[in-house]
Amino acid sequence: MSAKHKKFVYGIFKDDEVVMNAIPVLKSQGLRVKDVISPFPIHGLDHALGLERTRISITCFLYGMTGCSLALLMMYYMNIFDWPMDIGGKPSYAFYKNLPAFIPVTFESTVLCAAHGMVITFLLRSKLLPGVEPHVIHPRMSDDHFVMAIQITEDSEAANVETKLRAAGAVETIK
Amino acid sequence: MALGATFFLAIQYVAEVGWSAVIKRPLEAMGQSLPVAGIIMIVILAFGGRSLYHWMEEGITDPNAPNYDAILAGKSAFLNPLFFWIRVILYFAIWSYFARFFRSNSLQMDASPNVAAYLKNRRFAAAFLVLFAVTESLMSWDFIMSLESHWYSTLFAWYTFAGFFVTSLAALAFIVTYLQHRGYLKEVSEHHLHDIGKFMFAFSIFWTYLWFCQFMLIWYSNISEEITYFMLRQDHYRGIWLAAFFINFIAPFLILMTRDAKRKKYLLMFMSAVIFIGHWLDFYIMVVPGSMVTASHHATAHAGAGAHGGHELIYGSIGLMEIGTTIGFLGLFAYITQLYLSKSPLVVKHHPMMEESLHHAI
Repeated sequence: MSAKHKKFVYGIFKDDEVVMNAIPVLKSQGLRVKDVISPFPIHGLDHALGLERTRISITCFLYGMTGCSLALLMMYYMNIFDWPMDIGGKPSYAFYKNLPAFIPVTFESTVLCAAHGMVITFLLRSKLLPGVEPHVIHPRMSDDHFVMAIQITEDSEAANVETKLRAAGAVETIK
Repeated sequence: MALGATFFLAIQYVAEVGWSAVIKRPLEAMGQSLPVAGIIMIVILAFGGRSLYHWMEEGITDPNAPNYDAILAGKSAFLNPLFFWIRVILYFAIWSYFARFFRSNSLQMDASPNVAAYLKNRRFAAAFLVLFAVTESLMSWDFIMSLESHWYSTLFAWYTFAGFFVTSLAALAFIVTYLQHRGYLKEVSEHHLHDIGKFMFAFSIFWTYLWFCQFMLIWYSNISEEITYFMLRQDHYRGIWLAAFFINFIAPFLILMTRDAKRKKYLLMFMSAVIFIGHWLDFYIMVVPGSMVTASHHATAHAGAGAHGGHELIYGSIGLMEIGTTIGFLGLFAYITQLYLSKSPLVVKHHPMMEESLHHAI
């Protein structure tokens, strides 16, 4: 993600249990374990890494509210304001009295905006848009290998970190 | 609640669920009140059936009788007293049998690691789910929908199911958190509570979905034979009708949404009480308006007015009578559940999935 600005050493692991056991060991040695890239979800990984809660649920709420209000506004304009409709044989022409008929569309629009908004946000944040060259650390990292990212400040730290990673069970290290 | 718990238990067996092994005993104990419920139901129906169900009246299907009702005569192939009684007895026989069967096999797992008993339960659970689908639908039509025997809704069985299933999940949450509060069930961690909370949340939304589906289609089409159901409720029971909707939807939706809320023991306990009250109101709205129409019909008939129509409607309200009856039945349910909980260890000792359940983490 921000590999261009910050320096990382990557350890490649073959087994999820080795990764899970290595995290507390490496942390106790003073290494900054920033992230683990895994081909499948590992239970308890977030907790072990001490990751902050994702903010994607906040964006989900905002996109959902956008979709909800857009849909209601659209239907208000179309069916009540611009061309008053006799809905379900009940010519009340009032927004709140016709609300039950608007709920399905509102619901669909909320879900549509929330889902698409979340996916697009995620792709933008991960720099994974079509046409963007993805940042592949190891060719097998989303296949059957696990990548652990350790942040370093000076290039001279790298050798030390690599030794520690190998001691903790990494089969390969990448600077 | 007892039926919902047995249904949930059967699902756990059929799907070979691992995490729920520690909460199977409360589920089993909840199901044990089914035979008692059956006896009470049969007594009530035997003495009060005619005051509740309009279609049970003498001569209602006889074209020469003064109170002949062509619609009910057309429905009499299904809604006739003999077939009704056969069904009622079958429902409770099937449900009670399975609730006791699951428990007796589970008790065998206490003594030794008895995988055969587990597999037997799994096979029978599959059969129960099929029978449940049929009996539950018929039950909801028989007991509740036929209170307003002219009205019908094709969604009603689902709607009833969603209502009582979320109530039994709330009861499960309450029993589990209460046992923990008293220092029992140490095996249940916040991960298990989280799962129960998720079920409560999901089925509250599911109930709302069905509530709205039923309401919107009937509201939209505005056909006189269907809309009467909602007109009666909107005009005379508006407060309870809307309260039930908001308590059962908005409260779980806002409060149980976050991950932390589902993991806090006392918040979950509080929410299960809220859901219970909300669904009690919902069942009140399903049962009382229709039965009061039948009751007012009887009242007029006794006063001498006789035939159909032209009678004053009387309406129900929530008073000490309703609250007292609820507390009485709730107490009976709690008593039977605790009686059976105290008879056996609180967790199945040699359940094949106990190890997995103890290490459950999400």
